Amino acid sequence: MIELHQLTKRYGEKLAVQDLTFQVPRGVVTGFLGPNGAGKSTTMRMILDLDRPTSGRVVLDGKRYGQLQEPLKYIGALLEAKAVHPGRTAYDHLLWLAQSNRIPRRRVDEMLELVGLTSVARGRARGFSLGMGQRLGIASALLGDPEILMFDEPVNGLDPEGILWIRNLMKRLAAEGRTVFVSSHLMSEMALTADHLVVIGRGRLLADLPMAEFIRQNSRSAVRIRTPQVEQLLDALRGAGLRPQPGPDGAYEVEDGDLAALGDLAAKHGITLHELSPQQASLEEAFMQMTADSVEYHAGDGPSRASSPTRGEPPTESASAWGEGWQPKRKGN
Amino acid sequence: MAAFPAILQSEWTKIRSVRSTVWTLALTFVVTLGLGALLSLLTNKNFAEFTRGETGPFDATRTAFSGIMLGELAIIVFGVLAIGNEYSSGMIRVSLAAVPQRGTLLVGKSVVLGALALAVSLVTAFVTFFVGQSLLGDHSTTIGAQHVLRAVVGAALYLTLLCLFSAGVTAMLHNQTLALGILVPFFFLLSPILSAVPKVKTLAHWFPDYAGSRMLLVYEQNDQPYGPWAGFGICLLWTLAALAGGALVLKKRDA
Repeated sequence: MIELHQLTKRYGEKLAVQDLTFQVPRGVVTGFLGPNGAGKSTTMRMILDLDRPTSGRVVLDGKRYGQLQEPLKYIGALLEAKAVHPGRTAYDHLLWLAQSNRIPRRRVDEMLELVGLTSVARGRARGFSLGMGQRLGIASALLGDPEILMFDEPVNGLDPEGILWIRNLMKRLAAEGRTVFVSSHLMSEMALTADHLVVIGRGRLLADLPMAEFIRQNSRSAVRIRTPQVEQLLDALRGAGLRPQPGPDGAYEVEDGDLAALGDLAAKHGITLHELSPQQASLEEAFMQMTADSVEYHAGDGPSRASSPTRGEPPTESASAWGEGWQPKRKGN
Repeated sequence: MAAFPAILQSEWTKIRSVRSTVWTLALTFVVTLGLGALLSLLTNKNFAEFTRGETGPFDATRTAFSGIMLGELAIIVFGVLAIGNEYSSGMIRVSLAAVPQRGTLLVGKSVVLGALALAVSLVTAFVTFFVGQSLLGDHSTTIGAQHVLRAVVGAALYLTLLCLFSAGVTAMLHNQTLALGILVPFFFLLSPILSAVPKVKTLAHWFPDYAGSRMLLVYEQNDQPYGPWAGFGICLLWTLAALAGGALVLKKRDA
């Protein structure tokens, strides 16, 4: 269990991480989300005692990192790809790591096999692609068979096959009862892997909750209806006091609609339905909304704007940089 | 905390698995031996000419070690790279995650580095001495002559200490390019030049290379401010100070 207590890191004038308090639950994949520069990597370095917090502390099952006996057997981390001497072979890189924590030498071969680097194990890291460097970093993280794994942007630089591999690996590690803490700025990636979410923006905690809960709280849901009898459907819906909105490909969507009630309504009016489906907003959309709000909040806008959501107004600079996808959809609300 | 023998084993794997180790240490041996042999040969052939103007007795040991000025540069580069490559590659964060006891890590690194440097320096010093003497012919000395063994072992200690001093400075600067840019001109240009300038040279006499090289002299020079063992002590203090400084920076600084 990783516990962060009021963790704060200041670089000169800049607060990289502010008062961060959360726990990484056991046995699940926890996604650590935030825009670039939100403080994810800084937080991970502080967990490993590489960067010293300005205040606050990190506790790993009651211990500080520096008190761990042979830490690689307890927590394995991938912080950056290619943190390897370019002139050293993949095998020797894993070997010195294993020796430092008295990990049996056979684990080196096993990990090389696991990440698919056996054939280039005697090749110097200089010639490795980013993806190969990433795989070597993952092999070093897994070397000590640790119960906690921490990956900083593990899919960066990987091809689709590699991304799929990492995704399955993380799920498998969590299924084995391990704690997986993985950072990303790719929402779509987290949606497929994470069970729990910690979201930070500008070094502050924005959310700490299960993935499904996050989506439920932060996004709209709708029911999509498709029919050849469009006019009759719209009349029926409006007659029931609902406000259908045009959806893609001639479909209509009813915000917060109830599937069963809409189906019954269509049947009552004798309308043929070609589609009746629940629509959940993607994690990406939910995340954009959250960071957009946090950007507004942190930008120090007046209380009137902070208290009433700024729908329909032009997005702030950061918000538009964050997502082109969500704004048009929200206009329709 | 991670066990110290495990750290030593791990650091040994690190040091033996990069080519720069082999290159710099081979260069130390070849340059020291080659230049020493060449000068010994030339001195023997042109003895009168080479020793003209010399006031003291002819120092055959010193002649054999003529190449040490260049050899020391190679071993300094070895010391810088052994520490510095962790910073240039970002590997230092992997190392510190594996061994979070930073002081212990640097001690382990220094022990491995120092042991390897000493082994190579001893071989270099003895081979250079015997090859040099064989080429000096009638002007040669023997290992049993007074102070000669001390000078030969002293040459090895001198190279080892300079290597460790450079490692400590690199840990303080946490940047190998910067460390090389400071250490190489210092030992190759600044220190020799300053030791030749009147008045300033009293300051230069406290530099680690001047102090350490006192051990190489079989016959003490007239203007020498202290003896060979005092010189060794001063050089050792510089080395320990550099390593302590490096440990302090490593402990304090974010990796």
